[in-house]
Amino acid sequence: MTEIFGIPTVALFGQLLIGLINGSFYALLSLGLAVIFGLLNIINFTHGAQYMLGAFCAYLLLNKLGLGYWWALLIAPIVVGITGVIIERTMLKPLYKLDHLYGLLLTFGLALIIQGIFRNEYGSSGMPYPVPAELAGGKNLGFMFLPVYRGWVIVASLIVCLGTWYVIERTKLGSYLRAATENPQLVQAFGINVPRMITLTYGFGVALAAFAGVMAGPIYQVSPQMGADLIIVVFAVVVIGGMGSIMGSIVTGFGLGVIEGLTKVFYPEASNTVIFIIMAIVLLIKPAGLFGTQK
Amino acid sequence: MSATQPVTGTQQPAATGQFRHQGVALALMAAFFLLGPLVLYPVFLMKVMCFALFACAFNLLIGYGGLLSFGHAMFLGTAGYASAHAAKVWGLTPELAILFGTASAALLGVVTGLLAIRRQGIYFAMITLALAQMIFFFYLQAEFTGGEDGIQAVPRGHLFGLVDLSNVWAMYAVVLVVFFGGFLLIYRTIHSPFGQVLKAIRENEPRAISLGYDTTRYKLIAYVLSGTLAGLAGATKALVFQLASLTDVHWTMSGEVVLMTLVGGLGTVFGPVVGALIIISMQNYLAQLGAWVTVVQGAIFVLCVLLFRRGIVGEIARLLRRPL
Repeated sequence: MTEIFGIPTVALFGQLLIGLINGSFYALLSLGLAVIFGLLNIINFTHGAQYMLGAFCAYLLLNKLGLGYWWALLIAPIVVGITGVIIERTMLKPLYKLDHLYGLLLTFGLALIIQGIFRNEYGSSGMPYPVPAELAGGKNLGFMFLPVYRGWVIVASLIVCLGTWYVIERTKLGSYLRAATENPQLVQAFGINVPRMITLTYGFGVALAAFAGVMAGPIYQVSPQMGADLIIVVFAVVVIGGMGSIMGSIVTGFGLGVIEGLTKVFYPEASNTVIFIIMAIVLLIKPAGLFGTQK
Repeated sequence: MSATQPVTGTQQPAATGQFRHQGVALALMAAFFLLGPLVLYPVFLMKVMCFALFACAFNLLIGYGGLLSFGHAMFLGTAGYASAHAAKVWGLTPELAILFGTASAALLGVVTGLLAIRRQGIYFAMITLALAQMIFFFYLQAEFTGGEDGIQAVPRGHLFGLVDLSNVWAMYAVVLVVFFGGFLLIYRTIHSPFGQVLKAIRENEPRAISLGYDTTRYKLIAYVLSGTLAGLAGATKALVFQLASLTDVHWTMSGEVVLMTLVGGLGTVFGPVVGALIIISMQNYLAQLGAWVTVVQGAIFVLCVLLFRRGIVGEIARLLRRPL
């Protein structure tokens, strides 16, 4: 058996893979948070609950309607995105003129409601979601065994993240969005419907969370609490990366996932806390975050 | 946070009646907690007082410093573990155990404060939440906390080696003294020059800096003071319930203290006490509803933010046109 630094390579690459998978979810979720924050100036505490809603949507589609994974990947983000649009229109909108902290408090309350309802209905234990037949099995890469589904999660989230980056940084729609982030009044004066753009942005950010939730189903099981602790880690990721740049949140998300995976190999006791420790160090050295700008 | 309305809207009154109104409110509160045990279950009231002090400490930071901490459970829990450990394993007397717990929270306040006050607004909230989660994982794995079991059967001991605190009335008196001591300290802080500078920083930090105040130091002191008093509440609570557990360090606890303060009224002197009374009663009477309690709490959050931002005491103060 080959070893690197006294660690068997199989274990090393195995944890690296888990790190990349976790990183995929960190990247998708922190990307959604960053997009929402850019335009709404609200930290969406409901994000974890919406990720869970995505997974439950997939679970219910499969068990009640018999619609499989690929349908879920399409339908769940749309359904959850629509609930997001409703939330934005009815509850978040009145808060824009107030202190940003109220948005945080409101979305925290919504997260409690959603998670509480699902815990009542489905209990706390996780429910399995099968890996789709097309992605079952695995491939031997020579140095490690790669389950196909896990490879798919990494590739799919990379595609979605980079696609989002492309739309925001390179297209006309994205330029409106970036302009509205800078100065909404001026953009509105040019005849662009900024309130609608804000609503759709929130819907899109939420849909990203739901998309991540559907992909998480076959890996982590579907449970009402699946997003609750994850969102706190994602907050730390957001603080580390800074919310200034889209590419920044993607890179930070994947990077921290990998670091967390490697910590599991070299010092397992710290694997739960390593991201928070990195956050503390980043705050000491560069308080605005790696890719952020201090306002 | 420039063009936005501040979290709280306590206007500094020109009226001289300010202290009279607050004096009446203070007397009412004292009467409630002194005479309350004649009607209500004393352990319930002790719980209310511990959480009221916790919420008051939290309110000192958000209501007067404008800093929303989403990790205040780390102080409550840390002090609880420290005082429970001191009382059970080291056999310290209760007053020393409480003192040790409070000091641990103060130390934690200095360390986390130096990190957290580097950012403001929602970043501050996210950072405190993340730091508290780190502390939670630390206690989950550490040996002395007993993991999922917590530290159970903590002896209440003899106060100063003399008064047996297993007597509920002796314990009640101790909690009463701790609560009012902490409350009056916060009251004094708010009305001191220090408190005024804190309010100035909340309203307009660049201006406070331009007036020559070292705002970072003021914010750090407020943060440490708030954490220390939250610790005092946690240390006392651990002795009252003879238990220190992970519940007190979990993020749901940080959310609960936010809720108490929001319901009672952010930035009001008496709001957190009223909020704690309401939320604790609700938890006691709705306990059989199980997970629905979370749903109800979430709904209260949403309603408060959308319709009722001043909170109960804030609304009363508005009707009376006096700060409470």
